[in-house]
Amino acid sequence: MDPWDLAKPRALAYLEHMKTLLTALLVASATLISAQSLPNVSVLKLDGSKTELSSLREEGKPMIVSFWATWCKPCINELNAMAEYYDDLHEETGVTLVAVSIDDSRTSPKVGPFVAGQGWDYTVVLDPNSDLRRAMGVNNVPHTFLLNGAGEVVWQANKYVPGEEEVLVAEVRKLK
Amino acid sequence: MRRIAVIVAMVTAGSAAAQTGQTDALGGTLRAVVQMDAQLYVRDSVLDPAGDYYPDERALGQGWALFTYERGNLRMGMRYENYQNAILGFPTGYRGEGITYRYAQWQQGKFDITVGNFFEQFGQGLVFRAYEERGLGLDNAMDGSRIIARLPKGLTLKGVIGRQRVYFAKSDGILRGTDAEWALREAVPALDKMGLGINLGASFISKFQRGFDPLLNLPANVGSWAYRLGANYRGIDLKAEYAYKINDPNFDNGYIYKPGEAFVATATYSRKGLGVLGTVKRIDNFSFRSDRNAQQFDALVNFIPPTGNLHTYALPALYPYATQINGEMGYQFDVNYLIPKKTKLGGKYGTKLALSIAASQSIDRRPLEDGSFGDKGTQGYVTDALAWGEIPYFRDINFGISRKFSSKYKSQLTAYRFVYNKSVLADGVNDYAILDAPDSDSVLVVPAVVWEQQFALPRHQTLRTEFQWSGGEGFRGGLAMALAEWTISEHWVLAVQDIYNYGHPSESRRIHYPLVSVVHFDGPTRVQLGYGRQQQGIFCVGGVCRVVPPSNGLSLSLTTQF
Repeated sequence: MDPWDLAKPRALAYLEHMKTLLTALLVASATLISAQSLPNVSVLKLDGSKTELSSLREEGKPMIVSFWATWCKPCINELNAMAEYYDDLHEETGVTLVAVSIDDSRTSPKVGPFVAGQGWDYTVVLDPNSDLRRAMGVNNVPHTFLLNGAGEVVWQANKYVPGEEEVLVAEVRKLK
Repeated sequence: MRRIAVIVAMVTAGSAAAQTGQTDALGGTLRAVVQMDAQLYVRDSVLDPAGDYYPDERALGQGWALFTYERGNLRMGMRYENYQNAILGFPTGYRGEGITYRYAQWQQGKFDITVGNFFEQFGQGLVFRAYEERGLGLDNAMDGSRIIARLPKGLTLKGVIGRQRVYFAKSDGILRGTDAEWALREAVPALDKMGLGINLGASFISKFQRGFDPLLNLPANVGSWAYRLGANYRGIDLKAEYAYKINDPNFDNGYIYKPGEAFVATATYSRKGLGVLGTVKRIDNFSFRSDRNAQQFDALVNFIPPTGNLHTYALPALYPYATQINGEMGYQFDVNYLIPKKTKLGGKYGTKLALSIAASQSIDRRPLEDGSFGDKGTQGYVTDALAWGEIPYFRDINFGISRKFSSKYKSQLTAYRFVYNKSVLADGVNDYAILDAPDSDSVLVVPAVVWEQQFALPRHQTLRTEFQWSGGEGFRGGLAMALAEWTISEHWVLAVQDIYNYGHPSESRRIHYPLVSVVHFDGPTRVQLGYGRQQQGIFCVGGVCRVVPPSNGLSLSLTTQF
């Protein structure tokens, strides 16, 4: 007897089972409304040490998570535009802006010198394996999230257009 | 029956989530991200007189959706992909549809375990990097298992095993690897007190692939290892990595038996307002694939970072550099400086200066004692690790200045000078052929200038313009480009651009590449509609950068997430 004949019913049953699971997952996803919170993924600080994104937030205060790269012009424009508001906004609302660089090993060594040359006061972290990017469902950069004091995403934009910083600043003030 | 029960349970969980509006009944979170691209091609007798590039399908479409479910220490995910068929410029190996990525990952104490697909990199990736670049069609995900142990005193150990993705199939070779990294600062309090960070790392990876060849005795197991050092103190940061690979005859190196070596070191200095970077590197016969016969982007085990900047303005991006994995030597030097605000030179908002110098050259290569040079089945060549080779591959010098003059106007000017070895970088001619016939390679000098301006308009609208020019004799010839991008509101952007290839060596190709696009944004959703001719390169519009292939026609792109 062909070994495949023996294996076939089991293989088919397995496939059927997988199909069930996938269908269930899709059905569940269709009905699920999720206000997101931060995924449990570690990122690298510029000195090479590991940290959790959630530990960079001031307790009970809002946080902006902005995905960017040194080669992404709109990302840099956005972070430059926010830089003018950041110090005052931080004082006023306690908001922390974490700029998550998705630069890979080609461009990640440039992140430190680049940030210095821009004069940003943000906390900058690296996500070289794109673990956080995938976990937060980020497709393109820039992609910016605003989280409230409870760590839930309350606003997001997967682009930057000039003037959007004003919208973001207003959203942060709403959380005060 | 069982299926119904599962679905009912999940739906119940789902509706519970809808009530709380945050999580499902089990306390988990689901996220999804979706991308769809479609192109309707127009037969263009000017761009493509013979119709060589016009697809038989006329319209092509592709998409993917990634689902990630996270609950406590458990994370699961899957991605569905379809290509009917892949849009032009995408690797043609993507054909059909299916679930190409699924995994479960959980963290238990010190252990982090993944089964199924995963992405991972050891160090800078010189010996191992499984990664994805969806916009380019790159995906060499592993399918197997991974264990990460985060031990006390800053020690991290990793173990991986599996096979790599090659489109909708898997590579022939099996990969087994392990990596250790030690953050000394966490073990030695004195270092921590001084603010001195030192990281040591070592990795090993082995490929198993049976070899059948009538002439060559192919190694079934190929091992490769790397050592790395990282140190930082105040604003100074040093990183160095050295990698070695035993004999690995493969398609890329012409089936020679020479071992491979790679070395990359980077030093940076950063303080607010000033950043400096210096990199040196040498690569010698370091193509590493989990299938020795694979080509192009298929089954790559490692990643060797190219030297030089990644340019995103359209014309400079036409002269990109890719690492020469069979051998190259290079360096890079960058300075970023911010002239402080409220000074005479800096102006009200400060002025930013950036200088970058990068070069890449062949390695020293001489024939073996028996006179053979690069022949199949031999050691290939001899080389002196400290000597430069004769063939220039790439040089890039660029200088940029950017300044915000007022709340209504800002401007940035960048000048470039590229030396671009077209024979090596665009035509794929190898060193042996060029050394046999010295000066037979075509090396272009390409100057380029980009001027970008941004004007604030009434009612919170913005106009952004780009004027670009690139020169050079032969190959593409002179190009000029103008772009205007009008941000109508937070939700709508309209962009119009034209590239005129006025200096193309062939008169019939001195043509315009006009393009109009409209982008609509709504929270996490972006819809982009474009019409016109597109050149290959990284294309940024409406605040998003994406890699696009050349085409003419109507394109629609949608991305969203929840």
